[in-house]
Amino acid sequence: MSDRTHVGCGCQRGASHEGAGHGGAAVHVDERRVNVMSVRLRVWRQKHAGDKGGFVEYDAGRLTPDMSFLEMLDVVNEDLQRDGDEPIAFDSDCREGICGACSLVIDGVPHGPGQGVTTCQVYMRNFSDGATITIEPWRAQAFPVVRDLIVDRSAFDRIIGAGGYNSTNTGSATDANSALISQAQAEEAFDAAACIGCGACVATCKNASAMLFVAAKVKHLNILPQGQPERRQRTVAMLKAMDDEGFGHCTNEYECEAVCPKEISVEHIAFLNREYLRAQVLSSGMRPVITEA
Amino acid sequence: MALDGHTPGGPLAEKWDRHRFDLKLVNPANKRKHTVIIVGTGLAGASAAATLAELGYNVKSFCIQDSPRRAHSIAAQGGINAAKNYQNDGDSVYRLFYDTIKGGDYRAREANVYRLAQESVNIIDQCVAQGVPFAREYGGTLANRSFGGAQVSRTFYARGQTGQQLLLGAYGSLMRQVHAGKVELYARHEMLELVVVEGVARGIVTRDLTTGKMESHVADAVLLCTGGYGNAFFLSTNAKGSNVTASWRAHRRGAYFANPCYTQIHPTCIPVAGGFQAKLTLMSESLRNDGRVWVPSAPGDQRAPEQIPEGDRDYYLERRYPSFGNLVPRDVASRAAKQACDEGRGVGATGRAVYLDFADAIRRDGESLIRQKYGNLFQMYEEITNENPYKSPMRIYPAVHYTMGGLWVDYNLMSNLPGLFVLGEANFSDHGANRLGASALMQGLSDGYFVIPYTLGGYIAGTPLTDINTSHPAFVDAEKEAQGRLDALLAVQGKRTVDDFHRELGLLLWDHCGMARTGAGLTQALERVREIRQQFWQNVTVSGSTGELNQALERAGRVADFMEFAETMIHDALARDESCGGHFREEHQTEEGEARRDDENFAHVSAWEFTGPGEKPTLHKEALEFQNVALTQRSYK
Repeated sequence: MSDRTHVGCGCQRGASHEGAGHGGAAVHVDERRVNVMSVRLRVWRQKHAGDKGGFVEYDAGRLTPDMSFLEMLDVVNEDLQRDGDEPIAFDSDCREGICGACSLVIDGVPHGPGQGVTTCQVYMRNFSDGATITIEPWRAQAFPVVRDLIVDRSAFDRIIGAGGYNSTNTGSATDANSALISQAQAEEAFDAAACIGCGACVATCKNASAMLFVAAKVKHLNILPQGQPERRQRTVAMLKAMDDEGFGHCTNEYECEAVCPKEISVEHIAFLNREYLRAQVLSSGMRPVITEA
Repeated sequence: MALDGHTPGGPLAEKWDRHRFDLKLVNPANKRKHTVIIVGTGLAGASAAATLAELGYNVKSFCIQDSPRRAHSIAAQGGINAAKNYQNDGDSVYRLFYDTIKGGDYRAREANVYRLAQESVNIIDQCVAQGVPFAREYGGTLANRSFGGAQVSRTFYARGQTGQQLLLGAYGSLMRQVHAGKVELYARHEMLELVVVEGVARGIVTRDLTTGKMESHVADAVLLCTGGYGNAFFLSTNAKGSNVTASWRAHRRGAYFANPCYTQIHPTCIPVAGGFQAKLTLMSESLRNDGRVWVPSAPGDQRAPEQIPEGDRDYYLERRYPSFGNLVPRDVASRAAKQACDEGRGVGATGRAVYLDFADAIRRDGESLIRQKYGNLFQMYEEITNENPYKSPMRIYPAVHYTMGGLWVDYNLMSNLPGLFVLGEANFSDHGANRLGASALMQGLSDGYFVIPYTLGGYIAGTPLTDINTSHPAFVDAEKEAQGRLDALLAVQGKRTVDDFHRELGLLLWDHCGMARTGAGLTQALERVREIRQQFWQNVTVSGSTGELNQALERAGRVADFMEFAETMIHDALARDESCGGHFREEHQTEEGEARRDDENFAHVSAWEFTGPGEKPTLHKEALEFQNVALTQRSYK
């Protein structure tokens, strides 16, 4: 099912070379000073959700090790368009690792090589010249493919809608310093709140579980004083929403932590399990067993 | 025509209070009868959508991203200002107001800026209640830092991810209202037209980016919260998808575009590495607290930095500005870097970079202290450049970062088109000609949480609207126009890609309408922009069709709008024959090379009216009156 397209083989680049001098008078990058490399890509192409899809191979040349992985795909896409072909569709936006839009499985690993990075923070220097690189979308029942490498992650939004907030209407807040929060507690909440909602945890999990995502949000809010009134309700509602969306359960493989670009710890999942148990026990009326924190 | 900003009367400190009392209220039971469209889900859009839904309005919220949580506010690093005076160091609402109006080089409206400073304190309360994990002191109170040269510590921050945490707070509130059925969420939808009925904004036309389907939406008011136009330059620190289309489409329907020549260029960004570069990355300017900026004294010095002896180095900021040194404001630092590179003294492969050297700081404080202070930034630098900044100096260069101009709005945040409101970076209102650090987040949230809920109510309560639906000819025509534009882009079938044209446009703007501008350069650029735009419509290639997810088509539409917008930006830069804030006209500088304002002739807002593509827009002026602050010249010697 794979055919091959050659791109980047000496096509017209027009004004794009001049872009090197972005700043003041146009300055040409001295091409002798950059290392030229080429790779073969195996890319998942799928027209729309209902299409069967398959891998297509592309030879990408005239790359440099200082290109980001997504800049490499930009170059491939520009060449495809010059040939009148449809570019490879993929999500990306901030290109600095914070928006959570980019979402490629590179050689079987969500966000590719490197620890604590998103796809947009992967550089071509991570690959050897002449390498074959396989690129796929996140794969999970709850993240249906929209086109090529783009998936629908709106299930995450709905999980947040079920309880990922403190229900405080604008205007009703007390003075910001009225509740004291220790530095350690604020840091702990932040560690969980750093989640960018990219979904790599789901993509890497054999059960396509969203436990790390849910745990991070629950932990962030449930340990802060402002999050206490809805602590039980939030935990139960978000987990139910996760189940309803078709995400699987956690079987402690810890792969989610390994690929998380923000290195969010699986310890949060243990916390979530305790919170769930606590909520169940409290709602069954066994108050004396576990006390409110 | 003179524009009226509808600033309320009375003393500065009482204007907002009086105005809130004067504004009509919408009966709580009636709010559900009104629909509000909000385009964009960044800090301004998400906070407005959540708050208006809490009040009872029906809200339709649109964003181009796959989730509202990914709007570009998420990338803001530094912090958010508020006049809480928790540090007891002399801050006050008036001081924040004063610093902001001065920092904007006296080109903002006093009353707006004062209101912003007043509301700043409420923002922090609201965000903490949402669970935003701001930095804390050991005793559990909120921590502050001094930022961007401010003499008081008023900046609240959440590590280097303040924008992310504030947006997640607003996004949570928004999703709560989506879950409650009060907000209808349209992710992956792009606004392609504003619909104006009998002179009043009544809706929008959108394209579902997944299916390509064109849709019309009717409302009682439309709020644009769609960010800035920095990506006109192709390379900027903005997210790839950030664009001017929503603003530009509204402008074409009659909304005035104010001060488009005001752009902020941030001095500490990672330089361009090659022609393939897709975007630029900002590093916090806190780096300038310990790093020393220098270039070789002699042009063309190709030696590695370690081999250049002290005597052959020019620490030009320290030399030119002995009292502020490396800490001069953003615009001054940026221009000085450009000048050094223009003299042939730039470093790195492209010659468009200067060194930011920590060797002295490491010798003085030790590597571990520097690592503690800047570890994440050094790591980011190394990840991108593959160079170790502990061993050899960083290379930095300025990049487009924020745009102060935007659609013109009055004190109520309403444009000259009744029913069209503009919030956050998309409007022009609060930062004048230069924005201070940690003020963008403050403005977005002030507009969304605390200003629009009042002023929108005043508009709705006081404006009888006719009952219309999407079969109204104005909607039918707007849909047809939007579809026609997409069809036209696909029909060109040329040879050059959208990005190729965008790069060319960006370079032109950067060269002639960037850090320094001249009358001659701008005139030349105006002509060239028209040529590029013409070539674009003759030779662009866009594959695929309109009835599917088509990223090339999305980009083509946005770049087509940047092409038109660029001309207005240049017209504005030409007409503003003075230097102020981020707008530096080389003809207007002091003997020391500093910006020279012309308050007699240019203490006004320039608001441009669209007259047709390629036609010179019509200029309307809103006079800026300063009743509370004295206009002074900045000096950093």
